[in-house]
Amino acid sequence: MADFMQQVVAGLASGSIYASLALALVLIHRATGVINFAQGEMATLSTYIAWTLTTNHGWGYWPAFVFTLIVSFLGGAAIHQGVIRPNEKGSVLRVVIVTIGLLLAINGLVTLIWSGEVRAVKSPFPTRTVDVGGVAISIQDIGTIGVVVATVVVLWFLLQYTKLGLAMRAAATNPGEARLVGVRVTWMLSLGWGLAAVLGAISGMLAAPSVFLDPNLMAALLIYAFAAAVLGGIDSPVGAVVGGLTLGVGLNLLGTYVDFVGADLRLPGALLVILVVLLVRPSGVFGRREVRRV
Amino acid sequence: MTLLALEDVEARYGPVQALRGVALEVPEGAIVAVLGANGAGKTTTLRAVSGTVRWSGRITFAGKALGGGPESVARAGIAHVPEGRGTFTELTVNENLRLGAYTRRVRSLQADIDRMAQWFPWIPERAGQQAGTLSGGEQQMLALARALMARPRLLMLDEPSLGLAPMIVREIFRIVRELNEQEGLTVLVVEQDARIALQAASDAYVLEVGRVAVSGPSEELRENESVRRSYLGY
Repeated sequence: MADFMQQVVAGLASGSIYASLALALVLIHRATGVINFAQGEMATLSTYIAWTLTTNHGWGYWPAFVFTLIVSFLGGAAIHQGVIRPNEKGSVLRVVIVTIGLLLAINGLVTLIWSGEVRAVKSPFPTRTVDVGGVAISIQDIGTIGVVVATVVVLWFLLQYTKLGLAMRAAATNPGEARLVGVRVTWMLSLGWGLAAVLGAISGMLAAPSVFLDPNLMAALLIYAFAAAVLGGIDSPVGAVVGGLTLGVGLNLLGTYVDFVGADLRLPGALLVILVVLLVRPSGVFGRREVRRV
Repeated sequence: MTLLALEDVEARYGPVQALRGVALEVPEGAIVAVLGANGAGKTTTLRAVSGTVRWSGRITFAGKALGGGPESVARAGIAHVPEGRGTFTELTVNENLRLGAYTRRVRSLQADIDRMAQWFPWIPERAGQQAGTLSGGEQQMLALARALMARPRLLMLDEPSLGLAPMIVREIFRIVRELNEQEGLTVLVVEQDARIALQAASDAYVLEVGRVAVSGPSEELRENESVRRSYLGY
């Protein structure tokens, strides 16, 4: 039982990393109507910035963390203004292709600057474990979960309870109407891209200590995040979080207790989730099918 | 005083010219109706004013030239309720109202929301309901309430009667008329239902293929032979 609980907590920790990246995908899907394939690479770039600050410039972990979030926010908004917005009037496919181009460009840029070398990243949390009722829980897992929970709460408050958040939701769901009430829709969408970049940066920085940092850091994570977002419903922020945690715990338990799954079949497991959800319930568990009376 | 004036306004959708030199005036404190058949350019006239369609010519609002996108027009004090309700269907009734007041910088909207509850008594009990689940009539009223939350100097209504039962249409026009009488709200309304529009409005313009064909005080238009035959049907 203790072992089981330990695996659940470890699953929640990796699940919260998926959830954070999935939330980024959902924010952008709501704002721009596309899957941002570059989300993972944007997060990798952010993680490298944090790594450089701590390793080469002697910054403390948390100052570097906060600074990276600010840079990521500005970068995300700038990508929207500079690259996405000029293509938004075109077809959805056009924007999708632009994000794939961004993926390649950022991956190339990261390799160019930092080379493909694999780097170890220090964790901000001690590697000790604490004993909670006979269950040994790693502090790093608790810290990871804590950071993501705090992020989600802040984001939820922003979107649900502030005027700015309301305007962002209005701009995302109904841009034409939003303009008529005076919302500057383009700014709101840029803000959404900025926040998505922040969420991605958080997932990248939290993931790096346990999987090492290289230019393809986020490649597999992006698949997990897709699976989480699809499972929860690609338009539902709540769904992304629940989907991420469910996927993290589920895959971890499968990997631990089902012999033939092991560590190798985790990624195909995530792909299977994507496939099954799209076939059985394309709107996801929390996705709303349009409710409208005419 | 003239609040809104259009002079020689033209607009096109690609190759289709929708407005061919429209001129009209809305005096402050009046209800003015724009009538006409489908495709005459009624909706486009409102869209030109709110900046949701590209236009040329001259539009002045409160003595200043109007231009820029819909965001700036909204900030200038014009609230546009577009054709087909115009609510944020995925947001709640309360959120729709709060968005209506987006351009205003005020601490609390409670007084305004209470005021809306006086005009639309069903609003408080539905405050947390998703707007898309309201009936068509309620959505139209919510769109109206949302526009009023901005405390606009000019309210533009596009076909408020569209797809609604006659009783609800009368109710909506009654509210618009009372708002006009009690609060001096200026209204520019586009309507297919000429009869009810002419009852509410002091002046009206009849559009035909992108031009003003006839205009004048509502009583005169009601007596006008061709208007009666074409739009009132008697």
